[in-house]
Amino acid sequence: MSKNVFLRGLRDGVPIALGYFAVSFGIGISAHSAHLNVFQGFLLSFLNNASSGEYGGITIIASDSGLIAMAAMMLVVNARYLLMSCALSQRLAPDTPLIYRLIIGYDLTDELFGLAIAQPGYLDVWYYIGAMCAAIPGWSIGTVLGVLMGNLMPVWAVSGFSVMLFGMFLAIIIPVGKQNRIVLGCIAVSFFCGWLASVLPLMRGLSEGMRILILTVVLSAAAAILFPHKEDDLVA
Amino acid sequence: MKTYLYLFVMALTTYLIRILPLTLIRKPIRNQFLRSFLYYVPYVTLAVMTFPAIMTVTQSPIAGAAAMAVGIVSAWCGLGLFPVSLLCCATVFVLEFFLV
Repeated sequence: MSKNVFLRGLRDGVPIALGYFAVSFGIGISAHSAHLNVFQGFLLSFLNNASSGEYGGITIIASDSGLIAMAAMMLVVNARYLLMSCALSQRLAPDTPLIYRLIIGYDLTDELFGLAIAQPGYLDVWYYIGAMCAAIPGWSIGTVLGVLMGNLMPVWAVSGFSVMLFGMFLAIIIPVGKQNRIVLGCIAVSFFCGWLASVLPLMRGLSEGMRILILTVVLSAAAAILFPHKEDDLVA
Repeated sequence: MKTYLYLFVMALTTYLIRILPLTLIRKPIRNQFLRSFLYYVPYVTLAVMTFPAIMTVTQSPIAGAAAMAVGIVSAWCGLGLFPVSLLCCATVFVLEFFLV
């Protein structure tokens, strides 16, 4: 029963943990560049479990933009978890105790959500908890190693490893853009506006974090008005 | 010390977003605008996070721009997360060997 389900979750979580390891290593390098120490890097990943959310947070910390800006950044960049949380709540047996809901919500990520949704019928929370037990260490350890390596490596090596995270971001968005022209247009416009915001007089003065926040809200809202999305796919 | 405050606000906000629907709301979001907005956010935010930052984290902006081009092309050709990021990394190593 529970024990077997837990082990099955743990096993299915291993490939996710390995994938996380590489991304969170990149997060660790970025955290190092923003002068976070190893313990802070560990807390960052252990408490957040979100790649774009953590990178957004790092940009806010790096420029010391304030706690309200931080909360706003999390609200926007992680807002999609609201949808996933809603969808996952439909897949839990109605009598699932609150404590289990609080536990699985802690590590509600795109990958684990995908895994959970692929299970038939009501989700066995022990399956999810098993997958979390693989995913969480992969994510946290990767970040810790990233910060450590950032401390130890020479400048030229940090320079190269810094682009790994961006490479992974590209590997997430470009294939979806290839399938969906509207998304492709959004990506192209985002690149252009990102560049524009870094050179235009008023926007240039803002920190990188604030520019990311403003551009994300404005461009996503514009895309939502111009091209309402009809399908139900939460994770592309 | 301020960093720990930032980390606390980050974790709290993110956790609340994740658990509110699971615990209190328990109803699907039907608003078309909100659903569409949330659908586009990941692509837009990852794109604006990547560019132009990829050109500022490297010692030479040219190496960063080249890594971006390599990343886009290799992701378009269907390479996975890890191969794409390794190619970007290698591009910077090779170019900065000559440029810096």
